[in-house]
Formats: sequence, structure tokens, C-alpha cells
Amino acid sequence: MAQSTRPKSLFEKVWDAHVVEPEGANSPAVLYIDLHLVHEVTSPQAFSELEARGLKVRRPDRTFATLDHSIPTLRPDAQGNRPYVTKQAEIQVHTLEQNAAKNGVRLFGYDAENRGVVHVIGPEMGLTQPGYTVVCGDSHTSTHGAFGCIAFGIGTSEVGHVLATQCLAQRKPKTMRITIDGKLQPGVTGKDVALTVIATLGFSGGTGYALEYAGPVIEALDMEGRMTVCNLSIEAGARCGMIAPDQKTVDWLRGRQYVPQGEAYDAAAAEWLKLKSDDGATFDKEIRIDGSAIEPMATWGTSPDQGAPIVKGVPVAANEDEERALKYMHFTGGEKREVEKVDVVFIGSCTNGRMADLRAAAEIFKGRKVAEGVRALVVPGSEWVRVEAEKEGLDKIFTEAGAEWRLPGCSMCIAMNGDFVLPGQLAVSTSNRNFEGRQGPGSRTVLASPATAAASAIAGHVADPRQFMALEEA
Amino acid sequence: MSNQEPVNSFSSRIVVLPEANIDTDQIIPARFLTTTTKAGLGKVAFNDWRYNADGSNKDFILNTIDPTEHRVLVAGNNLGCGSSREHAPWALMDYGFKAVISTEIADIFKSNSLKNGLVPIVVDQPTYDKLLKNPQQRVTVDLEKCALTLEDGTVFTFQVEEFARQCLLEGVDAMGWLQKRLPQIEAYEQSHGKAA
Repeated sequence: MAQSTRPKSLFEKVWDAHVVEPEGANSPAVLYIDLHLVHEVTSPQAFSELEARGLKVRRPDRTFATLDHSIPTLRPDAQGNRPYVTKQAEIQVHTLEQNAAKNGVRLFGYDAENRGVVHVIGPEMGLTQPGYTVVCGDSHTSTHGAFGCIAFGIGTSEVGHVLATQCLAQRKPKTMRITIDGKLQPGVTGKDVALTVIATLGFSGGTGYALEYAGPVIEALDMEGRMTVCNLSIEAGARCGMIAPDQKTVDWLRGRQYVPQGEAYDAAAAEWLKLKSDDGATFDKEIRIDGSAIEPMATWGTSPDQGAPIVKGVPVAANEDEERALKYMHFTGGEKREVEKVDVVFIGSCTNGRMADLRAAAEIFKGRKVAEGVRALVVPGSEWVRVEAEKEGLDKIFTEAGAEWRLPGCSMCIAMNGDFVLPGQLAVSTSNRNFEGRQGPGSRTVLASPATAAASAIAGHVADPRQFMALEEA
Repeated sequence: MSNQEPVNSFSSRIVVLPEANIDTDQIIPARFLTTTTKAGLGKVAFNDWRYNADGSNKDFILNTIDPTEHRVLVAGNNLGCGSSREHAPWALMDYGFKAVISTEIADIFKSNSLKNGLVPIVVDQPTYDKLLKNPQQRVTVDLEKCALTLEDGTVFTFQVEEFARQCLLEGVDAMGWLQKRLPQIEAYEQSHGKAA
């Protein structure tokens, strides 16, 4: 019997290849997981559950752990003591070290040259490969979708399921294709694309869907930009967002530590390039966005969909939720963004802590000074990023401008390691969430691209980065 | 996770937080996630809405109600958005909640809630409006019948993913169900070149 020739979407192709047992009316599908990434915060209770049931990690070869959320980004003292925010944070780190050792799981710990933010190091080492299913107890796992993976965040119970069986019980989500037409204007980045998508879909517009990003703007983005776009899928409610692999994907991954090498790589790459939505594939929903109209974005409220082009200023509240958000932010509808005095600038995170992000920030910092009264923190996404950035001299550019250069970690994005924004302070942040108090109790967050964050650090207020760029007409 | 108390029918007063988009950072701020257990998180549920920086109470409803009398949380649209932290349902359940109701509930939070016996109920706007109109009312949640009964007698039939519903009714979890499928999982690994 010939296989069905019904055109399939990228999502369906990867999903179908991982179904161990199909779903029925009363039971979900058993979905095989190729790569399970683990960090210290959402794993301890899952390891305890395994232990309580007398189980071990079933596939330690498909399980990789790192330390990123609770770890200090300040250097250890002369005796090697690390400045943990609390004893409990240190215990949590040691708990993962012990759980990894007991189960034979590779941990990229303090001694590893690849330690870093989980969604930065997965792709960087080539652990993330096109066509994989990737999960992690972290909602920004969608990042790995930039490589044509079905990648999504799971809770701690599900972390336990994957540790024990390498599978998850899952219902197939609906699919949505977001096509971004046209061509980005100079000075507009992947982050601005993502914030535009979220503002278009709304905070829950993607709930229940797996997203596929497509179109000329996505094709023209570099891999870092694509990771930023996929990373923020969850901020529109979608657990997973993906992009078809292309030659850029293949070139980016070639030679990385965990991918096949030599001829085997070319054979793998040939398969990866087949992973795209067929002509005529159908989606439960399709939307199109004019990429040529996207401008540098900044959020003005307390959810990631409350964002607008910087040049348009703060919108007038359209409902009670927006009024509440503006009140929390101390912003007034109709005002220019330039009146928003900035206290803190944070550049880093799984959203924007990669080399391309740091280079974009450094271009603006170079030869300039952080405005008086602004604290700027630059936190590389991984040890590899830190070393590369230092080789290129980016760290010098940051510190000469007056910014702090830290060790890799999630840092001020989730603010659980001692790096936080003080009550009432306004932060321009390249991270992913501007929720009330996300960066510390009472903190106010404006989400933006690395270029915009750097420009805001220099200007001392929320600023359009294009004024600091030598833009070439494309 | 295993052999948890079966969930079926219960009646309780509601407590209403009408704000939309209550994210999991509000339900439990990240700085409390350094714990390595699930226990005792109820005292930091909605921490920054409940307490001032000096630890004193804010004027907030979760500080004034008796949690044993109010086991159903009714919240604005898109409850539980944001982070995947399962600490959010752990904290709500440790506080005393057994069900959450909203017009929309975020995917990962919903999945996490179901795995812990916190019943996530998505209602339509008219039902939500009736709940808000009488924010002290007693409701009945019947998971067997998927029925939410309001004080005025209105019955709303809600949907829960069938497998998760059966797990809750029987007090079993998906881990055991997946483990029973290890032979199929091994066969898949063999036939797809994924064996260890």
C-alpha cells in the first residue's frame, strides 16, 4: 500500500516520526523524546520521584544537564567560594550535581567549558539537531524549534516521565503558520519581529497551537535571530514554535561537538533539508505579517504582547487591563518613550544572550558611555559565548562603556540568583518577560532588542537604536 | 505523583481574582523556586500580592479568607501563563485550592495542574460573569460528570482531556501508564535507530 500523499506540515512530519503509540479518544499519543535538557530548578522533585519508585534515568545518553538559573554570575572569591544568593540556592545546585552523578547524566557544571543557559548551549554544542523532539522543564524550550525541532517546555512531573521512559503522553496540538512577508528595515532585529508577532497574536493567541514561522523575513534571519523568534513563542501562549531547516541551519551546525562529522554530516544534512512543510500543507490557522513595516519595538505594559514600535510612543489604554499595566509601569498613554528614564539595562538570557546579540549591543556601546545613574549588566549566555566575546574584545567595549561583564547564567531575566532590579526601578531588558515583579519585587521591565537596550543605556531613557547606528541603505 | 487522592466531587466557596493574565510569576515568584521539595509552598502562593517587603500583610483577599472554606479559585482570562514551573499548582494546592476556573487557562499550567489533582475548568463568558456577580457563592465541581454547578443552579459542562480525567478519578498518574509501554518504546527505538 502506498503511503498517503497528503501534503504534510513540518510539524506533522516531525511529530509523526516520533509517535510510539498513536493517540485515541481516551488516551494521548506516546511521543518519543530525542533530547532531554535538565537544569537545577525544575528537576530535583523529578529525580526524587524516580528514586521513590526505585527507578534510574532510562536514557542518560539522551539527557544533558546544566546549571543556569540559581547560580551566581559573579566570580568566586580567592578560596573558590561562589556568592550564592542563599544557602538554599547552593543546595539546589549541589542536588543536581548529585542527581546527575547518581544517574550517569552528563552535567555541564562549573568545570565544563560548555556550561551556560540551557537553550544557548543545546544548539551551540549541536545537541539540538533538525527533526528532533526536545523537551526541558522550562517554557523557553521552544528556542530549539529554530532548527526544525518540536521543542517545548514541560512541568516537573513530565520531567520525571521523560527521565523514566524517554517518552511523554501528549495530545497533538493544532498548527498555525505565521508568514512574515517583505524585508526588514535596517536596524530591525529578530527580537523586534518576535515582539511584533506577540503583539499581533496577543498573549494567549497561540494557546493550543504549534507555530511554524515562515516567509522571506524568517529565511533572511540568521540562526540567532531565528532562535530569538522561536524562543518567544510561549509569550503568545504557544508551547512550541518552529522554522524549517535550510542551508543556514546546516552551515551553522557543521563541526559542532555532538553532530555527525565528515560525510556522515552531509548525509544527515540531506535529510534535514527535507524537513519543510509540503506545498499544499494545511494549517488550523494561518496569519501573515508585513515584515517591511516592523520597527524597533519596546513593551510598555506588563505582558509581552503589550508592545509597540518605539517611535509610536505609549498607546492610550484601551481597557482595564491596559490601564492597570500602565499604572504599574508609571507610564502615561500618549507619551513619548524618551521620557522614560532608565535605571537598569540587562543584556543576556536565553532570548538574547548569544554572540550575535552581544555584537549588536557592542556596536552601540563602542566608544560611548553608559548614561549617569544607569546600571548596565551584560551576561553572556554560555561559557563559549563568554570566551568568544572576550576573544573579540567585546568585554572591553562593555566595561569601557561602564557596563558590568558577568559569568553566564539566567541572571536578571528570572532574578532568582541575586541579580535583580530594585523596587520601582525601570529596566530595559533583552529577556522574555515583563510581568510585574519578574526582575525583582516591584521592578518595572521594558522588553527590547540588544541594540535597543544598549541604546537606552547610552541615552539614559528608552531609545530607538537607529540614532546610534550607521545604517546603510539596503 | 503516584497514587494521589482520587478527585471526584466537592463543593466549596469560590474566591475571585478578576485580573487577566495572572502569570505563574505572580502565583509563585521565581526567588522561591530554589526549593528541592514540593512541600510548604502555600505560604508563598501569591507572595508579592499578599505581603509587603517587611513581611506584613497587604490588604488582599487571600489574607482574609479561610482557605479550607474557599477551595475554588476563579481568575481572569489566560490564567497561569508564563513559566512552566509546576511550583505554581503545588503552591495553589498547598494553600488549599482544589480547582481553578477561568475563561482561558494556559497550556503548560493546565497540564501541570492536571498532574497534581488541581482541576482546571475553562468556562464560557456567561458562566464567568455569573461567578463574578456572586463572588462569595458556593459551587460544586463534579469531575465524573464534568459538571460545574453554580449557586443559582446553573450547570456548566466543562471539558477535561479524557486521559487526564481518568487518571484523576482513579488516583493514578501517567508515569505508570508510560512504564507499561516500555516494550513498545524499546521496539520504537530499535526500528528507528535510537537504541542506546
